[in-house]
Amino acid sequence: MRPYERAIYFAAKGALDNPADAEEVAQETVLKAFNALPNFRFEAKFSTWIIQIAINEARMKFRKDRRHLYESIEAERQDEEGDYRPKDLADWRDIPSEQLQRTELRDALKRAMAALAPKYREVLILRDVQHVSIAETASILGISEANVKTRLLRARLQMRDALAPGIDGSWVTGRNEYKKVRPFS
Amino acid sequence: MVIEISCLEVWREISNYIDDALEPELRSRMEAHFKVCKHCSAVLDGTRNVVKLIADEAEFEVPTSFGSGLYSKLNASLGKTSS
Repeated sequence: MRPYERAIYFAAKGALDNPADAEEVAQETVLKAFNALPNFRFEAKFSTWIIQIAINEARMKFRKDRRHLYESIEAERQDEEGDYRPKDLADWRDIPSEQLQRTELRDALKRAMAALAPKYREVLILRDVQHVSIAETASILGISEANVKTRLLRARLQMRDALAPGIDGSWVTGRNEYKKVRPFS
Repeated sequence: MVIEISCLEVWREISNYIDDALEPELRSRMEAHFKVCKHCSAVLDGTRNVVKLIADEAEFEVPTSFGSGLYSKLNASLGKTSS
């Protein structure tokens, strides 16, 4: 199971964005998968199967948690119809490596990720953190490949808008507060 | 001759461009656009930076407590099953 620990943990984190909840869900996923192992069909990839279990468990936990009620309604409102237009067109060239080490940037990244709707965060984590292919991401989430691409585009552009120096730039200017740029629509 | 492409079309495909998942013809059109459009090339640089940041970020490490917690739960569960 060790090779899949990271994949399971981040699949859960994509749906929940709370490290403690993700850890709990990931552990439950392993137990559930262990018990369901006799039902595993070898025509599916094992990683796809176990990540699907993790995401389903995480979504169930998310729905049970009433604190997220408002957020889930908000996420539903964000449909994939229409184009996403970047809010900020300021130049943002390669980030010098010393800036990547800065706490402000790391915190801004964490906040931007947490502000994404779960359906966008799930895709972003599968593709850009776990490097799962488009086809496997579609299979795990039960959506079309075109849908994966649309969600990934939106997730990346929203992350960019939240982090681009021109629109906020708290990590560049060293300000302590971080101005939320959402809602994006 | 490369057929021109609008900024809106570029934004729609920017993520596929970064993933190198475009037909060569569309890729060439976008490359020609980036050469002349400062805004779209800023969006491209920023989006690429985001992808790079997410891939490099230590935030995306599994907590150290995860493995130990998992195996103690697993052992406890196996103990219950076998008793």
